[in-house]
Amino acid sequence: MTDIPAKAAVSSASRGSVLLTLMKARTFIALIAVLVFFSIAAPNFLSAANLILMSKHVALNAFLAMGMTFVIVTGGIDLSVGSIVGLCGMVAGYLVLNGIDLQIGYTIYFNVFEIALITLLVGILIGAVNGLLITRLNVAPFIATLGVLYVARGLALLSSDGRTFPNLVGKPELGTTGFGFLGAGRLLGLPVSIWILVVVALGAAYLARYTPLGRHIFAVGGNERAARISGVRVNMVKMFVYMFSGFCAAIVGLIISSELMASHPATGESFELNAIAAAVLGGTSMSGGRGTIGGTIVGAFVIGILSDGLVMMGVSSFWQMVIKGLVIIVAVVVDQAQRRLQQRVTLMQMAKAG
Amino acid sequence: MGATGHDVILKLEDVSKVYSGTVAVKRANFEVRKGAVNVLVGENGAGKSTLMKIIAGVEQPTAGRILLDGDEVSFSSSGDAVSRGIGMVFQELNLFGNMSVAENIFATREITNRFRKIDRKAQERRAAEFLERLEAGIRPDMLVEDLRIGQQQLVEIAKAVSLDARILIMDEPTSALSAAEVEILFKVIADLKARGVAIVYISHRLEELIRIGDYITVLRDGRITGQEEMKNVDTQWIVRQMIGSDAKDFAKADGHVAGEEIFRAEAICLPRATGGLAVDHVSLSLRAGEILGIYGLMGAGRSELFDCIMGRHGQATGEIFIAGKKVRERDTTRRIRRGLALIPEDRQREGLVSILSVASNLTLASLSRFVRLFHISGADERQAVTGMVRELAIKVADPAQEVSSLSGGNQQKVVIGKALLTGPKVLLMDEPSRGIDVGAKADVFRTMRRLSRDGLGILFATSDLDEVMALSDRIAVMSNGKLTGMFDRAEATEAAIVAASAFGHGPVPHTENKAHD
Repeated sequence: MTDIPAKAAVSSASRGSVLLTLMKARTFIALIAVLVFFSIAAPNFLSAANLILMSKHVALNAFLAMGMTFVIVTGGIDLSVGSIVGLCGMVAGYLVLNGIDLQIGYTIYFNVFEIALITLLVGILIGAVNGLLITRLNVAPFIATLGVLYVARGLALLSSDGRTFPNLVGKPELGTTGFGFLGAGRLLGLPVSIWILVVVALGAAYLARYTPLGRHIFAVGGNERAARISGVRVNMVKMFVYMFSGFCAAIVGLIISSELMASHPATGESFELNAIAAAVLGGTSMSGGRGTIGGTIVGAFVIGILSDGLVMMGVSSFWQMVIKGLVIIVAVVVDQAQRRLQQRVTLMQMAKAG
Repeated sequence: MGATGHDVILKLEDVSKVYSGTVAVKRANFEVRKGAVNVLVGENGAGKSTLMKIIAGVEQPTAGRILLDGDEVSFSSSGDAVSRGIGMVFQELNLFGNMSVAENIFATREITNRFRKIDRKAQERRAAEFLERLEAGIRPDMLVEDLRIGQQQLVEIAKAVSLDARILIMDEPTSALSAAEVEILFKVIADLKARGVAIVYISHRLEELIRIGDYITVLRDGRITGQEEMKNVDTQWIVRQMIGSDAKDFAKADGHVAGEEIFRAEAICLPRATGGLAVDHVSLSLRAGEILGIYGLMGAGRSELFDCIMGRHGQATGEIFIAGKKVRERDTTRRIRRGLALIPEDRQREGLVSILSVASNLTLASLSRFVRLFHISGADERQAVTGMVRELAIKVADPAQEVSSLSGGNQQKVVIGKALLTGPKVLLMDEPSRGIDVGAKADVFRTMRRLSRDGLGILFATSDLDEVMALSDRIAVMSNGKLTGMFDRAEATEAAIVAASAFGHGPVPHTENKAHD
């Protein structure tokens, strides 16, 4: 590197900045690439029905990935989201079917709206447990959320002895009907789950950009010590991100149960890995401090479209896994290359300036 | 001894080093001579440490050649340089606290028996020989983290000496040493010199340099501004080369009168993890508009005192008062709200979030000022940012730039700006001029004067004697966690301050164990 003549260095700097722009837009380029590829390779790919169906699939992962993004930006990780999905689905199913028996001869049944609220609270609560383990007891995020992963999954299985809560139609006389709306309902032609995704995503993006809490999330991930000295309540910020992640997982639990009109305790297994993959693909740095909600959503779409498209093409699910893995690895390699290139371009520009 | 008396063993030709954000070394030409002490001197941030890291193979030059014994070489790692006979005592201690002194000295060069098992006995025996020469009273089986900072520095020196290097670089080896320990070090250096070792010696202490140096090279802003034989130069010459004029640009006192007491600390204590107290019953008071300098060697407990005041240590005891009112809040967030602000010593690790923008860093501690309901008002924030950029003369094209792209001095100004935006009554500045260039330094000093005129109380910690003498209205001295002196500027002498800062140093009785619980 030291013996590159000055002229070559300058021209390579300008070439570098073009390459840099391309690399920065890589997730978008990847999205466009998979869209173009499958619209040619897979019949019916571009039909409205298929696009909506894919969006519904993508939405599930996108919710988890948004929660995951905030967690990863603070420098943590949340492995428990898949289990929270399962447990929250079971909670919702249980409440629709059984209500809460007060042990004094009465049983309270909740309407669908209340059930949704309770389920979301359960998700937030489990997130709070993650947060407390990490902030108060100083457990490493990986281990804390791994533990919660098992506990929550175990509780989900215990809640029904491993069986499915079937047929969550509810009874009109108990006011528990209408649970299917979340999963099957439509507003203005789009599925309800997509609308919820839009609202939550806009909220999360707003939070990240325009609120002190959002700024603090990035500060904690960028330099926790400096954040602390600047008066950022680091523990509160961490509590928030895990609770938000739990909240997102609870939404997914509700939507899946509602779509199937049944709750199965194994729902959501390995969802956490898809969420991490989407976040990373969208440019979230595993070392914290970098990431955007928009990028993560695009990342979720790339992964989702890739797997649905491959299914439509009839590629075996074994090959699908291989391909998905390769895409993630390439994404991170490009990410690293971009960092290095960025540094080089900055250095060259500085050297040119003086 | 003429210039011909010593052969050049190592030569740097047109060496440059560029980091993201700063050019640390610009086209430097530097010669290292055998059997002599080659002194390298310059302000903080002049590029000395970078230049030495290039020689020691820790950093690779962006451009230029290195000639060893006349042959061009390139070191891809420090191991590479060590194998060529170049050893280095680092300024920041590169020791493993969790390992013993002997293990540290022989790290990566472990003495093994024929089954590749480490021969602990042999290592400790050899280590003991080196430690003996340093007369430090350190046993080779002690854990490094249990040693005083000064002793750790001696271990670092022993490690470098044990390399049997032909070229030995010492980057501020005396910064944490007591006067007695410095004398021993000089004996060791003389001994090495006699054996033909080329020593590169970096220090801030001019009196030291003049005493032991044979050749002197002065660096300023990454450029070499002077190279001479030591016998031809005097202090005036060195200072002129270092800063480009005869004296440092300390902002003058403007003669304003300090007001009421604004801050008081009473019996601040902080237990050390290894027993004893890192901060030992320190009490002091500060008036509005007063600058109180706290002088002390590395490890004297200055930074720890500031940390206690900011509420960074739950286990700290003692009381603090702001404007006569007791501060009951124990956490940093609420203490900042009460009017305390800290400018930490280590900009990179504690001052800045380097991947965020200049603007986000500036407003990080004061975001609540710009918030309507829960929305950060972009206009208000921008206004505050541009105001602070102008006020502190931060050189930045666009505040949206990443803060890591700024030079050290401008980064420091960002840290100061961040603290000022919280509207503090008392400003704690830990080594505010460390690692920044002369111009930025003068700006920082001027800012301190201006703030004190505006009625802020300023506590600033430094290990630079000139700085503490020139800037302080009163001078406090700390040593071994204790407050060992308090002088009005009028009556302060360098000798008295140095004496107070060495209080309790020298061979420390190891049974010292005063846990005040």
